[in-house]
Amino acid sequence: MTDNNASIKLKVDGKERKIKQGAKVKESWQYNVFRVFNVIIMGFICAATLYPFLYLVAQSFSSEAAIIKGQVSIIPVGFNFTTYKSVLTKGDFLGYYKNTVLYAVIGTFFSVLFSAMLAYPLSKPNLRLNKFFVPFIIFTMYFGGGMIPNYILMTTLGLRNTVFAFILPGLIGTYYVLLMKSFFASLPHELEEAGEIDGLSKYGVFFRIVLPISKPIMATMVLFYMAGYWSNWFNAFLYLEDRSKWPVAYHLRQIIIGASTSADPGVASQENMQIAANIKSCSMVLMAVPIICVYPFIQKYFVQGMMLGGVKG
Amino acid sequence: MAKGESKVISVEAKEKKPTGERVLAWTKDMGKHLRKNWVIYTFLIIPVAYYVVFRYLPMAGNIIAFRKYSAGGNLFGSQWSGFKYFKQFLGDPAFRRAFGNTLILNFSYLLVRFPLTLIFALLLNEIKWLPWKKFVQTVSYLPHFISMVIVAGMIKELLSTSGPINTMLVNLGQQAIEFIALPKWFPTIFVVSGIWQGLGWGSILYLAAIAGINPELYEAAKVDGASHFQQVLHVTIPCILPTIATLLILDIGGMVGSGGAFEKVFLLYNPMTYETSDIVSTYVYRMGVYSGNYSYATAVGLFEGLLNLILLTVANFSSKKVSGESLW
Repeated sequence: MTDNNASIKLKVDGKERKIKQGAKVKESWQYNVFRVFNVIIMGFICAATLYPFLYLVAQSFSSEAAIIKGQVSIIPVGFNFTTYKSVLTKGDFLGYYKNTVLYAVIGTFFSVLFSAMLAYPLSKPNLRLNKFFVPFIIFTMYFGGGMIPNYILMTTLGLRNTVFAFILPGLIGTYYVLLMKSFFASLPHELEEAGEIDGLSKYGVFFRIVLPISKPIMATMVLFYMAGYWSNWFNAFLYLEDRSKWPVAYHLRQIIIGASTSADPGVASQENMQIAANIKSCSMVLMAVPIICVYPFIQKYFVQGMMLGGVKG
Repeated sequence: MAKGESKVISVEAKEKKPTGERVLAWTKDMGKHLRKNWVIYTFLIIPVAYYVVFRYLPMAGNIIAFRKYSAGGNLFGSQWSGFKYFKQFLGDPAFRRAFGNTLILNFSYLLVRFPLTLIFALLLNEIKWLPWKKFVQTVSYLPHFISMVIVAGMIKELLSTSGPINTMLVNLGQQAIEFIALPKWFPTIFVVSGIWQGLGWGSILYLAAIAGINPELYEAAKVDGASHFQQVLHVTIPCILPTIATLLILDIGGMVGSGGAFEKVFLLYNPMTYETSDIVSTYVYRMGVYSGNYSYATAVGLFEGLLNLILLTVANFSSKKVSGESLW
């Protein structure tokens, strides 16, 4: 026994000493080199990730001459608000923006509600029919109807040119339901039992106890669904012919492929040339800003939510 | 009747009683279960109805791949046409090109992304100063939440002839390149922008798995004299192997599919680059929604979907055999 211990100590002599030094472990020089490299690599990744955003913002405030000469990097050159002013006052940009907000709010509300109502019973191990319902929803992750049957369905149901055509195709995301399901399954059920003893119905327990204590997952779902609706242009592209119903994402798509601009056509004034030069970047910045502002506050919740439930499914 | 008792009876029923009585007992049991729990099952009515109408009905709608459908006609088509449309598209060079492009784009993306996300997660995990770690996470997850329209717009701005990349090339004495119009650049643009958008987000599940590792394992490794690198190699990686396997299965299952690629390709491609950029789903869109060949396009979509399902099943099965990990 003693022999054995001694031989182990001998083998790992250097390392053993370090452990005994306790809290103030002296790291090997290789590890310290690695840490320096790690900081550099991470710093590079952050810079590379942020660069396109900074470039867009800089461009959106820069003058036409500087943009055409390619002088703009991450600092605006020839700072001006001309295009922002034009985007926000002329044209239909604000109307599209209102549509986006409206669709995102309505859609997110129903998405979160129905996803939670689906996930809650599925999280109960004692419900026997879950043996059927869980595979029933999971199967849709691996096989779907495809673009054309969905398109024909929406058309046949007469939903074209309505808000439903925009919202319904993505109303419930199966992956999100699975995340919620594992979150609900991890909740202590004593609280629910206490609620029932106090005379709450199943619905009462769900709305008054389960949802309020599920803030992390609810916040995560609000962000995920909201970002989904905010970003969506394809449903509008397929189903919304009526310009007054377009969300801003679809308007932006039209600008990017060059199908429409918000600048007044005709007069090639200095102002119009300025607007044409950075209308894309101004519109993109205006569309991205809300998500960029909201997302860091919800980040701590979704990291938590993904950790609980994300590994399988 | 107590819970334990009913269990005993049902076990006996399985062993001894004839089928008829077994079914009867099961029905009775289920009836009791439903009477007791029906309220909570009512939660499912709207969501399940949604799945039936908007998920399963379109699946059934794939039947028009075998029938002749004309716009405004019956949802399920008018008359049988057998495998006519399948034969048609399999002989179409445009379909074969789209199929090949789908494989090439997906495979090169997977090849680059899979190791990079894993390495990124491991490196992120080595950051000990929490504010810095949180900052890196916040920044790297951000692009995931940005609309593909904006991503495509950024790509076009960055790669335009007066954009920063071409400005740099010109300053270095090179010719400006019109990246968006050249087929040979499309796969690179696709993969690099995919990494830009998905690197951080792709690492989140690995980080979750790493966070779940029992710290005692690291303590034990330290006592055994393992260096930091050895700890990663012999503790971290084996512990997150199930996650790696699961994600790999999903990725392989999506190999012939278009998944998230559709939007990006659709926003970035143009007839000049179809040679390398046209994928199955964009082809389906052009054939179906744009040209109105609904049955033909559905046949292509169904072929892709089924192939995906088969590939996923095979990947899942092999993973089960090799590593014991599987989705189902």
